[in-house]
Order: sequence, then structure tokens, then C-alpha cells
Amino acid sequence: MSFEILTYTFMHRALISGIAIAILCSVIGLFLVLRRYSLFGDAIAHSSFGGIALGLLAGVYPLWTAYGVSIISALIITKIKDRYNISGDASIAVLLSSGIAAGLVIISFSGGFTIDIFSFLFGSILLVSVDDTILILALTGAILIVILLLYRQILYSTFNEEQAKVSGIPVEKINYLIIFMAGITVVTSIQLVGVLLISALFVIPNVTAIMYGKGFKQTAIISMSFSVFSVVVGILISYIFDITPAGTIVLLSIALLGVTMGIKSAGLLSKN
Amino acid sequence: MLNAVEISNLTVKYPDVKALDDVSFVVKEGDFLGIIGPNGAGKSTLFDAMLGLNTTYAGTIKFFDQDIKKSKKHHQQIGYVPQKPVFEKNFPATVSDIVRMGLRNESDENRIDEILQQLWIHELRNRRIGELSGGQLQRVFIAKALVNNPKILILDEPVTGVDQQSIELFFSILRELNSKQGITIIWSSHDLDAVNKLANHVACLNRTLFFHGESEEFFSNDDLVKQYSEASMQKHMHHH
Repeated sequence: MSFEILTYTFMHRALISGIAIAILCSVIGLFLVLRRYSLFGDAIAHSSFGGIALGLLAGVYPLWTAYGVSIISALIITKIKDRYNISGDASIAVLLSSGIAAGLVIISFSGGFTIDIFSFLFGSILLVSVDDTILILALTGAILIVILLLYRQILYSTFNEEQAKVSGIPVEKINYLIIFMAGITVVTSIQLVGVLLISALFVIPNVTAIMYGKGFKQTAIISMSFSVFSVVVGILISYIFDITPAGTIVLLSIALLGVTMGIKSAGLLSKN
Repeated sequence: MLNAVEISNLTVKYPDVKALDDVSFVVKEGDFLGIIGPNGAGKSTLFDAMLGLNTTYAGTIKFFDQDIKKSKKHHQQIGYVPQKPVFEKNFPATVSDIVRMGLRNESDENRIDEILQQLWIHELRNRRIGELSGGQLQRVFIAKALVNNPKILILDEPVTGVDQQSIELFFSILRELNSKQGITIIWSSHDLDAVNKLANHVACLNRTLFFHGESEEFFSNDDLVKQYSEASMQKHMHHH
């Protein structure tokens, strides 16, 4: 083993994209987890599978169709949920299965599975191009700026919608904005961990960070640090041992969760 | 004195009942109004309408002469303390995080310190809200409601699940806010004695408004007090 791998440009792209995605997922994920929307990332990811299949069939770059399909279906399902009073978990189940179902039908039209589908299902961060990297950085930057600008409104409506409304925050618009940003984040992250493991990036670092009993900003920073650590170390380990990056990254973040639970059980963290 | 709140012919209908029927009253700036009435009398319905949470009412609600359906200005003038703040027990927010949520100018850390000191919770600044007692939490939510210097403070029966010592502290804080800082207070309560001690005006609500006036007038009228107490008792017994 040597540091030679750090000189490869594909590795630079993978690490830069990976770090950006790690930060993005951890921030958006924190709001989703606190809104009891932990599986929403998963649902959007599955609906993006329909979008990817559509792109492959139509000969369009599959991530573009995935962005369109996931954002639109996430917004529609949120609207339906509010309108018909369907519970959050049930609406997630509807979104999740409809995306996969649509994807399967479209794939069978195009003559069955191809190798491309697998890279979207399980991620392919080592193959990320320069254009992809630029897009990932631009979207990460844009979403982080929006969150910083609307930090109080987003946090307040996450904490308590009713009180946020009373203080004049346009809670419904904020909710749609979060769903919209979650849609973009999910599709952007497909390249790192694939459709099937995205919710791990949204949920695990945040569940871990919340256990440290700190305030909101510190919790967000702890979560981002764990997320970045898992991604960077996961990418390097997976390359060195020639194993899948997606699985390695997620297992590392689960290991951090396990260590945190151990520290907490040992009474080393303030109870909460 | 200006009219802080002016409610005219407020009617709220639910599918099978009229929750509020033609309620009208005025709260002058600097008043301390206690709203009393049995469970199900429409107190929460009244608050929901006043706070802009329910807009499907007939009639008008004005804060400082501005109709709340036409202007959004009232959001800056109201501080609201909910009955029992609902939140996830492990929500990663400290006391100062919660108060900061209420603050329009987020960077004004001095204001946060000032209000925490005023409410005797400054030493809790960095504690997670899930670790606090009922009385401490109540003061955190009052701090959040007050941090923007509102002209009107609206409190929805905010003493449920709070110990006696904290209730006394809470009452003295309310009295000071009203008498020293001139904040108009609208407070819904079950506790007739407390209303007698604190409020200078009383509104009795039971779908319609059956009394609104100075508290001396209410509490010197034995029939009225008895009527309220009975109505309240019956409703209570009915509930249990």
C-alpha cells in the first residue's frame, strides 16, 4: 500500500465529489430525520430508478431524466399526502413502489437489464467524470447557500410547524423547498452509493450525531464530519482492497454509529 | 389607548357544530385579559383564528387596526406561548437554539442573553431542551415568544404540567411584563383564582361570549362566578 492512489486524477474526482455529496446528504438528511421523514430519501431514490430507465430507453443521459422524474414525483406525492391526508410512511411506500414498478416496465420495453442499470443501483464513484464533478460541486454549493440563507425558517418549521406559522414563516413553501432539495440531493448522490443505499447517507450520520447531545449546529457539524470520514476512508479502502465503495462507505458509517452507541452505553455521553 | 385587538362578529363553524358564534370584543393596549370558559368552549378555536392558523372564519380580527387577513404585519406584534410545546425528545436543540428560532435578527446574540437572563434561564443556555423540566421549558417558550419584543403576548393555558413554584415565578414574570413593559397579555386559563389575581379584564367564553369586562366586575358578581364555576365543573365531570 502506498499513497500513490492519491495521485490518480480519477481518485481526485472521486474524493472531491464524494466529500461534497457527504456534506450535502448529511445536511439535508438532518432535516428529513427530524421531520420523521427518514425514508423519504429512499423513496425518491427508488422513483429515480424509473427516471434512469426512462433515460436509458430514450437515449438521454439517465441522470437528467432521473432529476426530472424524482423531483416531480416527490412534489406530487407531497401534494397528495397533504390533500388526502395520507400518513408520511404510507406516502413513502407509494412513491417507492411506483418508481421501481415504472422502472421495471420501462426496462422490459427496452429489452431487459443492461450493465448501465447496475452502476446506478450500486453507484460508480470511481468512474465520475469531470463534468459530473463540476455539476456535483455546483449543486452542493447552491443547496448549501439556500439552506444558510433560510436557516432559521427551515429549522423553525422542522421543529414545530404550528409555531413557525404563527411567527409568519411560510411553512408550506419551506416544506416543498426541502422536498425539492432532497430530490436534487438524492439523484446527485446516486453516483456515490447508488439508488439502493442512499438513505444510509441521509440517516446514519445524523442518527449518530444526535446521540452526542449537542445543539443544532454542532450536531450538523458532527454529522458532516462522520459522513465525510466514512466516504473518504470508504473510497480509499474499497480501492485498495478492490471491493465495492458503496457498501464500504455505508458499513463504515454503521461502525461509527455502533461506536457511538457503545460510548453512550458506557455513560460517557450526557444522557438524552 | 389604542385597540391592540379588535374582534368583530367572529363565527367559526365545524361540520356539525358552531365552535364560535358571533363573538366580538376589544382588547386595549396594555390590558391583561384572562379568557375563561369550560373545556370545548371554543378557546382554542378563538386562538387558532387569532394566530392565523385557521382562516376559514366569518367576521374580522384586527391587531392594531390591521385586518390579519389583509396584512402580515401582526406576526411581528404577537408572541405566542403554546399550551404544551410538542417536540421530539431528542431534538438536537439547546435552549439558545430554541430562542434564536424566534428571533428575526438571528445574529443578535445580546438579545438572546438578555431575554434568557430576564426569565431566569440563562444558566440553561447550552442545555438540550429534552433535558428540561416543565417549568423550565415553559420559560424557554416564553423567552422565544418575547425575543422580538412583541406588543401582544398570547398564552394558551400554559401551566399544564408545571410545578407550583414555577407557576408562581411564571405569574410574577407575566405581571412584570404587563405592568413594567406595557405588553398586552391575552391568556386563556382554567384557573379562576389566578385570573382573579393577575388579569384586569375577563372574557367568559362558551361558544358565545357571555361576559367581557373588568375583572373586578366579574369577580364581584357572585352569580357570574358561580355560573362559570358550575359550567366548568359540569364540563369537567362530563369529560372524566
